[in-house]
Amino acid sequence: MDTTTPSAVSTESLEGRRKHDHAHSHHHHHGLESRAGLAVQPGVDALIGARGLWLTRSGRTILEDIDLDIGRGEIVTLIGPNGAGKTTLVRVLLGLTTPDRGEVHRSPGLSIGYVPQRFDIDRAIPMTVVRFLALGGSSTPDRIRAIMEEVGASHVLDQQIAGLSGGELQRVLLARALLRDPNLLVLDEPVRGVDYAGEAELYTLIGRLRDDRALSVLLVSHDLHIVMAQSDRVICVNRHVCCSGVPETVARDPSYIRLFGAHAARAFAIYSHQHDHRHDLAGEARPVAPDAAVTSDGQKGA
Amino acid sequence: MDPFLIRAFAAGAGVAVLAAPLGCFVVWQRMAYFGEAVAQASLIGIALGLAFHLDLTASALAVSAAMALLLIVLARQSLVPLDSLLGLLAHAALAIGVISASLVQGPAVDLLGYLFGDIFAVSTADLWWVFGGGAVVLAVLAFLWRPLLSLAVHEELAAAEGVRRDLVKGAFVVLLAFAIAIAIKVVGILLAIAFLIMPAAAARPLSATPERMALLAAAIAVAGVLIGLQMSLSYDIPGGPAIVAVLAAMSGVSLFGMAARAGAR
Repeated sequence: MDTTTPSAVSTESLEGRRKHDHAHSHHHHHGLESRAGLAVQPGVDALIGARGLWLTRSGRTILEDIDLDIGRGEIVTLIGPNGAGKTTLVRVLLGLTTPDRGEVHRSPGLSIGYVPQRFDIDRAIPMTVVRFLALGGSSTPDRIRAIMEEVGASHVLDQQIAGLSGGELQRVLLARALLRDPNLLVLDEPVRGVDYAGEAELYTLIGRLRDDRALSVLLVSHDLHIVMAQSDRVICVNRHVCCSGVPETVARDPSYIRLFGAHAARAFAIYSHQHDHRHDLAGEARPVAPDAAVTSDGQKGA
Repeated sequence: MDPFLIRAFAAGAGVAVLAAPLGCFVVWQRMAYFGEAVAQASLIGIALGLAFHLDLTASALAVSAAMALLLIVLARQSLVPLDSLLGLLAHAALAIGVISASLVQGPAVDLLGYLFGDIFAVSTADLWWVFGGGAVVLAVLAFLWRPLLSLAVHEELAAAEGVRRDLVKGAFVVLLAFAIAIAIKVVGILLAIAFLIMPAAAARPLSATPERMALLAAAIAVAGVLIGLQMSLSYDIPGGPAIVAVLAAMSGVSLFGMAARAGAR
């Protein structure tokens, strides 16, 4: 176990790194690893890291030798098609699922705020927003109100959770995660049931929270387009890590284009499966005949 | 007032207060048939208790808890859906319970008394079970309230926040078996679940928070006991079923009122 105290990332290094990211688009010289997602800059120790994660369930390989690091103050987006193992990977990082092989290293003092993928509260449970937020841990009404203002949803405090809109619910879930004073926010497809404008707003909010609170963020998404502006690093997963790097680079990476289709590389908002390989029933990669490639252009959010 | 009447009112009110908050969780977690299966298993426990001269409440509780844990294990397979599994085990338990009762040596077992209860036959020892056991159940429930509620709202989120779900859910099931074993003394095996789900169902439309629902359910249940017993005395009808009928009427009024309001919108 790492015994170094988790000293907060200094503002200089955060700023420096962000400038560095912005500069990327002019340099065209980013080291893109095509296997492992180890792009943490030197000097910034990882808040949470995973090495060699393997997981098989009922004979199906779900995670295949996954390495992953999330640095302090970094926004990492996990992207991949449905069924690529993104949620399983998140569950392993959260400690809810034990991998068959591999290790997860958590730095001391790590505190995770989690926003789950699906949240359908049973209407049988009467639950106001304020009561729901208090359920997450000990918190004073003042603190709850302050955090609800921070996420821009203080007007729903006394409403029933079941009656919230998708965008309001996401902000409430975000508030519940923030009440735990996390240094890592994990959001599993946080924009389900949110319209396109709401999606962009939510990601802007997440970016702002990162800056204000020096948070690390792990986002799970299947839509690179909208997360681009806020992500420092994108890790493209399809059971294994296909590619990783800054968003612009990943969008041009051949393995990303193969996974999401040529359309997606241009428009980002599309996802399709133009594989160079397919996964057979045992999860083994097999070459695929060119005419068997599936393309789709289901425009999302149209 | 005759002592047997005081005991009947005390036992009824005690069970009402004990069962209402647990019943809210039964409703929230869709465990009504789970409770039914657990209750019906207690007949096997009663037969065993009679055969081996054990405390009947203790032996009923032991078999009910065993049934609850068996259900949790069997629910992990997914080839037979949970509701079918519950139907299977509830009826298996009832059949085996009736057979066991018929095999008990000595005087004939008052099967009807165990199935429907006899609130006017409650003894002082039974009251100890209701109030002593009930206090323990409520104290443990209060202690587990937040993690339990957290799990009922969203299991993954609760687990990610550090709630030990297997432990908390296991403890709840044991509490439920305990509460059912106590309720059986008053309303019998077949009606015990009514004490759990009817007050909760009646309280739901009138509640904005889970805590309010639990308190309101307890109040409704106590009112149902008082009215039901009064009717039982006035019209010379069985006590337990009278209480259950009153609780059903109260739930009906509450739910129809809600449905009418929803329709008017």
